[in-house]
Amino acid sequence: MWLKTLLTVSPAAAASVPKQGRTKWCLWLASIMVVMGLGQLLGISPVDSLQAAEVVAQGSAEVLKGAPELAAADYPRVGNSSSRAVVWILAQMHLFFAAFVLAVPLFVVVIEWVGVKTGDARYDDMAHEFMKVSMTAYSITALFGGTLAFALFLLYPDFMGYMLEVFGSQVLVYALLFFLESAILYMYYYSWYALRYGNAKYVHLSLGLLLNVVGTTLLVIANAWATFMMAPSGVDANGAVTGDIWEIIRGPLWNPVNLHRFIANIAFGGAIVGAYAAYKFLSGRSNTEKAHYDWMGYTSNFIAVLSFLPLPFAGYWLMAEVYAYSQQMGITAMGGILAWLFIVQAVLIGTILLASNYYLWSGMSRTEGSYRYKWLVKYIAIVLTGGFLVWVTPHTLILSAKEVAALGGSHHHLLGPLGIMPAKNIAVNLMLIVTFLSFQLYRRSDKVATVSWAPAGNALMVAIYVIAVVNVIFAGVYYGYFTNTVYKVGSSVMQVVSTLVVIVAGVVIDGMMYKGAKKLPSEWGKVSNRSQYALFALPVAFTWLMALMGYVRSSVRGSWHVYTVMKDSSPDNFIPAIGYAGNMMTIVTVMFLLCVLFVFWIASLSSTKQIPPDSQ
Amino acid sequence: MGTLPKVLGFSLALTLVFTVTANLLPQVEGEPPKEEKVDLGALTMDSFIALGESAFNGKGTCTLCHNNLGRAPDLLEMNVGEAAKERLADSRYQGKASDIEGYLRESMTDPSIYVVAGFGKKGSNDTESPMPAVDKKPIELSAVQIDAIIAFLQSKDGNEVTVALPTEAAVEDSEPTGTVAATPAVAAAATVEEAIAKYGCSACHSVYDTESPVGPDLRDVGSRLGEEEIRQSIIDPAAVIAEGFPAIMPANFAERMTVKELGLLVQGLAAMQ
Repeated sequence: MWLKTLLTVSPAAAASVPKQGRTKWCLWLASIMVVMGLGQLLGISPVDSLQAAEVVAQGSAEVLKGAPELAAADYPRVGNSSSRAVVWILAQMHLFFAAFVLAVPLFVVVIEWVGVKTGDARYDDMAHEFMKVSMTAYSITALFGGTLAFALFLLYPDFMGYMLEVFGSQVLVYALLFFLESAILYMYYYSWYALRYGNAKYVHLSLGLLLNVVGTTLLVIANAWATFMMAPSGVDANGAVTGDIWEIIRGPLWNPVNLHRFIANIAFGGAIVGAYAAYKFLSGRSNTEKAHYDWMGYTSNFIAVLSFLPLPFAGYWLMAEVYAYSQQMGITAMGGILAWLFIVQAVLIGTILLASNYYLWSGMSRTEGSYRYKWLVKYIAIVLTGGFLVWVTPHTLILSAKEVAALGGSHHHLLGPLGIMPAKNIAVNLMLIVTFLSFQLYRRSDKVATVSWAPAGNALMVAIYVIAVVNVIFAGVYYGYFTNTVYKVGSSVMQVVSTLVVIVAGVVIDGMMYKGAKKLPSEWGKVSNRSQYALFALPVAFTWLMALMGYVRSSVRGSWHVYTVMKDSSPDNFIPAIGYAGNMMTIVTVMFLLCVLFVFWIASLSSTKQIPPDSQ
Repeated sequence: MGTLPKVLGFSLALTLVFTVTANLLPQVEGEPPKEEKVDLGALTMDSFIALGESAFNGKGTCTLCHNNLGRAPDLLEMNVGEAAKERLADSRYQGKASDIEGYLRESMTDPSIYVVAGFGKKGSNDTESPMPAVDKKPIELSAVQIDAIIAFLQSKDGNEVTVALPTEAAVEDSEPTGTVAATPAVAAAATVEEAIAKYGCSACHSVYDTESPVGPDLRDVGSRLGEEEIRQSIIDPAAVIAEGFPAIMPANFAERMTVKELGLLVQGLAAMQ
């Protein structure tokens, strides 16, 4: 109804306003649509609520319809192909691109804002170029999303039927928001130069803000489907809807997944545009071009690493909520059949941290001021390598009798203690702390603090690092090895807080200490080609990592489509072995990389101009 | 070489590293629980207890938490019967059970009725258990499986097994479908070869035509040890450790074996000279 009213009113109303006010009018309309869409989404779908209330009022007179119970024959098959494999690939490709296109506008608006505040046009140009890359990716997202929907309805019709029954008209809100997202995205991108200066720039920034509001709403709506499958709410034990749409959406895992995906998307988006910048840097011919893409690569890495640092903590919250919801599910993920995946995760995160640190160290060559800090690099490298080795140390291994005899038991007497979580918590927190140190040293390299309290500020920063490192090690060793499991879990909170204190204190102290600092000469483009490969390692590892964690998140349901509510009776209702899953992850990662290269090529093509034949 | 091949080559090589890592790890598939019928007519107390152990370790997923990692009471380590008596006498106990069997059944189907101190959900002050009701989704143990687990828990510490063997008639009354969905009972070994295979002796010992250096060679064990010594080395392997071998033999074979199986093994091994 509200949509009909809106559509009826808008042309006439639009015609009645002066031309210069139309942008404002369009914005107002768009805002109303978002608010009403959200109202529909959050405002407890009236139809669903009434139906539920009626059923409750009728008491036992009407039996609520639960989730269907299926047999293997109820799942249509296409030839001998694995339906799960088909949906796996399509869903993962859609999620990769969706993560990218939702993330880019988030940091683009911030960069655009920085450009406005500093008056430096380079920021504005870079923000526009980031958007250019994401435009082609947007179409690919929609293509994979559509194909995924077709595949799901074809291969899992009963499951999709049940999900539609539960979520009802909420999916239409999603579709509507998708239209809105597309409209605002095109307006935002194509009005870039039309709304570049003066007050018009603020209209453009508002468009960007609106784009992100709609994009984030899309993200959290889609998250509700995934988290409902993991921890259903608003339904009874048989899967019959008993609550309103808001109760269904706000399951116990919804917000942890929202936060985790929001942060992860930004890190992922930053890594992808970093690869674009690196590619352009390597293929650039002129120094100007190299300097521009070097700076762009640095900014992308900055975005990726800064968003990546708090990610483990968001992951920690998610897993804590998983345990609170179902201890069985939590243990399946962390200590059961899926526990081996965390060895691969360690390799991936180790790669990300090593690559981002290496890039920062290489980037120090841009300024001569970096000689003050270069001596620290080897110590950071030692901590990173040591932490990485501890992280990949497995707790238990499936051993042959000969190996058991050689080890003298199922655990190595020295390495065994390094395989448990307290050791890994120490390792990962120290790795995060030294990565922040690399970042801080890099940021300081081309500056000299001029404030009078600089020595005291430095001393305070050093003290914070020392206390944090001591606290991380003490909490891990004492509570991890000399107390029971309850304290072990509690100690990791102390460690996380220590790491966060270092990051926050570092940002605040440096922000104040280097305000009005003396700038040392710094030359963009003066960086080795080798360093650019670190910018390719990041998106490759991020992509594989996203696929891996998606597999874990999905697999903890075991043989359930919707945990405890709707059984998966398909031939694929088992958790596949890590080798098979790894091969699937590689397939989707390679497919994504090829698509991304296509996106880069298209983005470059748009700025390529053929020289007129008569001017040659 | 151009930028594109270099970038592609680097990215693919890195992807390959992750793929190889995943393929080098132990490959385990998570099978959904299999529902199979148990022949109640052929069920003996030994096979009923074995059925309980199988459900405890398998479909019931009990060992996910009830292990030595401290997430839940370590049922395999503690004397469950003694602990149940103490809890029934605890002033915090608000349930309806009056004996060990009833307490164990109640703790499985309504775990929050009594929560062992320190094992409650975070913030619940030990009034709410993190354990799911095992007769409900997602575990869905049948009444027979729950009884079998109780029998297993009672028998493992040498306590009296008070649970009666299920009968077809009783099951038909309690199971709406008239069938018993349960994990299969492990059949008792009928020969010494079957017993050796069932308990995996050859994983550590050289026996018949398999070689393993972890434990002492069993092919001539009868020439070194008498029947009583062999019996002791199975029931209490830590009592005497053979020189030059690690003390890693599991101590729970006596709990897992039926009396008949133990006798078969002792006689069979004593004959190996």
